[in-house]
Amino acid sequence: MSFAIELVISFFLIVGGIFVLVGSIGLLRLKDLYVRLHAPTKATTLGLGGVLIGSMFYMHYAQGYITINELLITLFLVITAPVTAHILAKVALHHRVKMMQRTRNPHHVETARMQQAPQVLEDKSKDKDSNTIK
Amino acid sequence: MLDITVIIVSGMLCVALILNLWRLIIGPHVVDRILALDTMYINSIALILLYGIYNRTPLYFEAALLIAMLGFVSSVAFGKYLLRGDIIE
Amino acid sequence: MSSPSSVYSKLLPMPYHTVLLVIVWLMLNSSIGLGHILLGLVLGIVIPWICAPLRMHQPGVKRPLKAISYVLIVLKDIVVANIEVAILVVGPMARIKPGFVAIPLDIHQDLPITVLASTVTMTPGTVSCDISEDKKWLYVHVLNMPENEQEVIDLIKSRYESRVKEIFGC
Repeated sequence: MSFAIELVISFFLIVGGIFVLVGSIGLLRLKDLYVRLHAPTKATTLGLGGVLIGSMFYMHYAQGYITINELLITLFLVITAPVTAHILAKVALHHRVKMMQRTRNPHHVETARMQQAPQVLEDKSKDKDSNTIK
Repeated sequence: MLDITVIIVSGMLCVALILNLWRLIIGPHVVDRILALDTMYINSIALILLYGIYNRTPLYFEAALLIAMLGFVSSVAFGKYLLRGDIIE
Repeated sequence: MSSPSSVYSKLLPMPYHTVLLVIVWLMLNSSIGLGHILLGLVLGIVIPWICAPLRMHQPGVKRPLKAISYVLIVLKDIVVANIEVAILVVGPMARIKPGFVAIPLDIHQDLPITVLASTVTMTPGTVSCDISEDKKWLYVHVLNMPENEQEVIDLIKSRYESRVKEIFGC
């Protein structure tokens, strides 16, 4: 295995590791749940993608296996990460999890958890009696 | 050179796992804990892949794929349970 | 006696899914041996038989080339988004100004909305939170809100929604 290929593999692995680490730092550092959702769903997925590409190159050039499983894992994660984030955000809205003081438009939470159209602030007379979510 | 890289990146991932564990313990709300658990799943997939590179075997990809699927299903199941419990109340 | 086309649709209720299942099976085994292809074909025919009654009608992809270019654009955006988010996360917390935005939707079928919501979650500083019951509003949490929230709505509508609309032809 030549030095250049080792360099490329190391680059992918280190970039992946840095992104995973940044995602976890974000998970710990950010102040409220909605903001915290951003870091793991994006950074960690891309980081894992980097590690997977690095390991795919390695398996191909060093061992001679052509493994496509990694592509499958990457694809699976790219499809499932948004779904998890969406469901967790939905759960957070339903439980009215506390949010940062400076969050803009907090009134959207009430209509969003009832799955209704957003209220214009002046128009308070809209029907809020729909407790009939599935 | 690659061995050193693998060890360095494994160190980063271990630090990331510890940070996730911290959030799992202190998380003020249940949703925080689910999010931390989900992130831990993904980080452990990366760690398993690195272990595969270190041992020079492609055997661990199957394990990684299984963990990816189980992690997704369990996070969604937790979320669904919390959603339904709240609505029944 | 039934016509050939109905026999065909009974034998292979979802032809695209059959092809997809065979490809995924071969990818899982990382080989293209004859045995794997045969086993994949059996799975690819039997699973659609079982799942056909559960199927809900979804609009198909009308323009495959547009879909490919959309995937490439989204992949590029994912990388850019991650770098932006990484800088925000490591930097000072006071710079983050979160907020909620409600986006009016022009598309009303389930599959295009799912694609759009997933894209919104994977791209710069936005996570889709909920959708209204009548499928006309998508609630989005923005990590770093510009002064004028209309900018976010316009970006999502012009960059992603118009393309999704073209791809599914609705």
